[in-house]
Amino acid sequence: MIGSLPPRYRVNIDPVRCMECGRCIENCSYGVFSRDGDRIQVNSRNCTACHRCIACCPRDAISLEEHPCDYRSHPLWTREAREAIYNQARTGRIILAGMGNALDYPVIFDRLVLDACQVTNPSLDPLREPIELTTHLGKRPAKLDLRRREGGDVELRTRLTPNLRIETPVMIGHMSYGAISLNAQLAMARAAKETGTYMGTGEGGLHAALHPYQDRMIVQVASGRFGVNIDYLERGAAIEIKIGQGAKPGIGGHLPGEKVCADISRTRMIPEGSDAISPAPHHDIYSIEDLAQLVRGLKEATEWKKPVFVKIAAVHNVAAVAAGIARSPADAVVIDGFRGGTGAAPTVFRDHVGIPIEAAVASVDKKLRDQGIRNEISVIASGGIRGSADVAKAIALGADAVYIGTAALAAMGCRVCGNCYRGLCPWGIATQRPDLVARLNPDEASEQVANLIRAWTLELAELLGAAGINSIESLRGNRDRLRGYMLDESLMEVLDVKSVGA
Amino acid sequence: MLYIIYGSTSIRAFPDHQEVEGGGSTVMVMCGIIGVMDRSRRTMDGSGIRQALSIMNERGSGEGAGYAAYGIYPDYRDCYALHVFFDNPRENKPLLDSTLAQWGTVEHDEAIPTYGQPNLRAVHTPWRYFFKPEASPAAPEDEIVSALVMQVNAARRGALIFSSGKDLGVFKASGWPEDVADFYRIEDYEGYIWLAHNRYPTNTPGWWGGAHPFNLLGWSVVHNGEITSYGTNRRYIESLGYTCTMYTDTEVVAYLVDLLVRRHDLDVDIAVRALAPPFWEEIDRMPDQEREWNSALRLAYASAMMNGPFAIVAANRDMMVGFTDRTKLRPMVVGECGDRLYISSEEAAIRAMEPRVESIRMPAAGEPVIGRVVS
Repeated sequence: MIGSLPPRYRVNIDPVRCMECGRCIENCSYGVFSRDGDRIQVNSRNCTACHRCIACCPRDAISLEEHPCDYRSHPLWTREAREAIYNQARTGRIILAGMGNALDYPVIFDRLVLDACQVTNPSLDPLREPIELTTHLGKRPAKLDLRRREGGDVELRTRLTPNLRIETPVMIGHMSYGAISLNAQLAMARAAKETGTYMGTGEGGLHAALHPYQDRMIVQVASGRFGVNIDYLERGAAIEIKIGQGAKPGIGGHLPGEKVCADISRTRMIPEGSDAISPAPHHDIYSIEDLAQLVRGLKEATEWKKPVFVKIAAVHNVAAVAAGIARSPADAVVIDGFRGGTGAAPTVFRDHVGIPIEAAVASVDKKLRDQGIRNEISVIASGGIRGSADVAKAIALGADAVYIGTAALAAMGCRVCGNCYRGLCPWGIATQRPDLVARLNPDEASEQVANLIRAWTLELAELLGAAGINSIESLRGNRDRLRGYMLDESLMEVLDVKSVGA
Repeated sequence: MLYIIYGSTSIRAFPDHQEVEGGGSTVMVMCGIIGVMDRSRRTMDGSGIRQALSIMNERGSGEGAGYAAYGIYPDYRDCYALHVFFDNPRENKPLLDSTLAQWGTVEHDEAIPTYGQPNLRAVHTPWRYFFKPEASPAAPEDEIVSALVMQVNAARRGALIFSSGKDLGVFKASGWPEDVADFYRIEDYEGYIWLAHNRYPTNTPGWWGGAHPFNLLGWSVVHNGEITSYGTNRRYIESLGYTCTMYTDTEVVAYLVDLLVRRHDLDVDIAVRALAPPFWEEIDRMPDQEREWNSALRLAYASAMMNGPFAIVAANRDMMVGFTDRTKLRPMVVGECGDRLYISSEEAAIRAMEPRVESIRMPAAGEPVIGRVVS
């Protein structure tokens, strides 16, 4: 026998403060609270630390403690290692988890510091001087053929392919309808429109309610091909082929059947209640030339009017793969680092497969430059971008722009509890249960997401100004404006940054 | 300007001289710059520009000055005039001689005449070669010479080619402008375009290669400012076959101009526009066709765009161009007198050279000034 494991959290209600209003009972979708006569009963074992009860308690009566019961401490046999074993000994199954990598790897972003000007060149003040954050994503020609006509007019003889223009280098990444609720998607789509950026549909098709925002949406084509038809492709501002995802490189998407309600079944074009497990590879892409064909196919289908992005997980040879993608007609490569979030992924993948986005972007940017094709493609970084400093550092390492995921969800209330795959999200985000979805007010949530993007944009302008840079493209790949702090020499070489003090 | 970039390990470029220490400190300056061009190619000797530059000594610190002159080698006008700093000619010259012999023919070579100055320590021996590359349709002359310069300078074998154009030459060293001018006796040279630079580094490695002007083939550049986008610009230009070897940001300006004007065949005003482009806000307001090519220029040359405060004067055999950063964080004054066009950091420098100057004006931020010779 294995018996019960120690509870992960302990929830306490302070009887002096509690007024038995029952809001915690109503709000907790995991069944922690129940009424027992005139008191409220707590079952801590059901708790996920989603904080919904704490957020709703009018008296601050609820407290929460993590790991109230210790195991014998051991550096190797951690709680997580032991509990995974007990779990698997019982079930014989793969363990699923939500959100991003939960192992305690060092965060490279936190070992990089940014630069600012002093004396010899003036720092710029965004309140008084223009600082440009406008970013374009897409292919660019290596050189331009510009001729001056008689009379002095300049004629552009090089044909440019369409680029996406964003007013800030922050976009919202692909989270599908299915993984998250329609209200969550609506909120983010409105925020994207309001802040002049774009958001991804994920692999779940495009619900009709999102059509008003379609010119701000990047439609995804993933290995399950859910929701893909010509109407869908034509509606998007751009198309993204998802090859891999940072949270689970090498495998396809997982949408548990619990989340496949009628509306999702219609949008995805799959039976109600069925697990939507996307194939690991695209079964029409077994090689780089197959990918180039699909890129061309999608472009052809949409009359070469839309940029096509290719998203790959950051794996060991990410740079070579990106160089291959750059040689296709693809307009941007999205690199998703190993901290990228997910609605559901096997824990073993989430925590152990792939490499950090910082190193991946640096090596992709370098490889593309070494081959003289950096201009051929834009680079979008994603996977663990937590704030404007991470954005600035990712761009200085070589990205054109970033995708955020978890940060946008957090702006809508998500507490990163990591139980997205259960479909019970009490915040109305990662759920399809109508009563839970109704908790997320798209008007309010869109304002919060827009605020987050605006705040980061302001901070980016300040950071650029302090560095004496008035346009974001002069930060891109400008690793001279970064220094490594307590990074080892080989990693600094990969990142092509010097140490602090150097 | 002097934004000196060091490697993380110490680099001994010139063994006889002060070592360029690791540590990557950024060496900056205020710097004074001046350029003068005679539109009808009437030549001036170097005494005037020497005088003008020394007026701006407050902008320098006696640690670097230099001059570029066009039209000074009429007898060898078909040869590339390679100006070289040798650490030690006896040791380093045979290797360069044999390299040059592989790439073409040396019509003539000699030590550049120099005259000892009490305040200038001659750590290098300046030399000049008049060189004819062996060109072919596959390898035009300019390509050969630029590849040669990159290769020799990157190899760091005690020889640094700091000037490589036809009928022009750069003269530079660590010291005050007057001392550098007298060291080379620049009044003995007759040129129709002159550029000059007075340097104020805050931490000099005494690196002669770091003094301005910088030159590659026909283009020479002097620069006051600090390029905050240097890391982006250097990585861009190096991905296109250039090698930055001078530890200073101005070097990339010379290469960017060479790339855009010579290799990409852009008109110089368009090239300057790519380096200091209009803001998107202005582009968005332009009429369709203008907006189209200006957008394309920013997209295609995003990594060539230079950021940070700068005023730059660049020249080739047919023109002189002055431009500043988009918000004009460094001064630039333009003067005219008859056939002469002056561009400088300070009006006083122009007046020192030409007391009868007819017009003086200050171009707006980002507005380039382009003077072309008439013939």
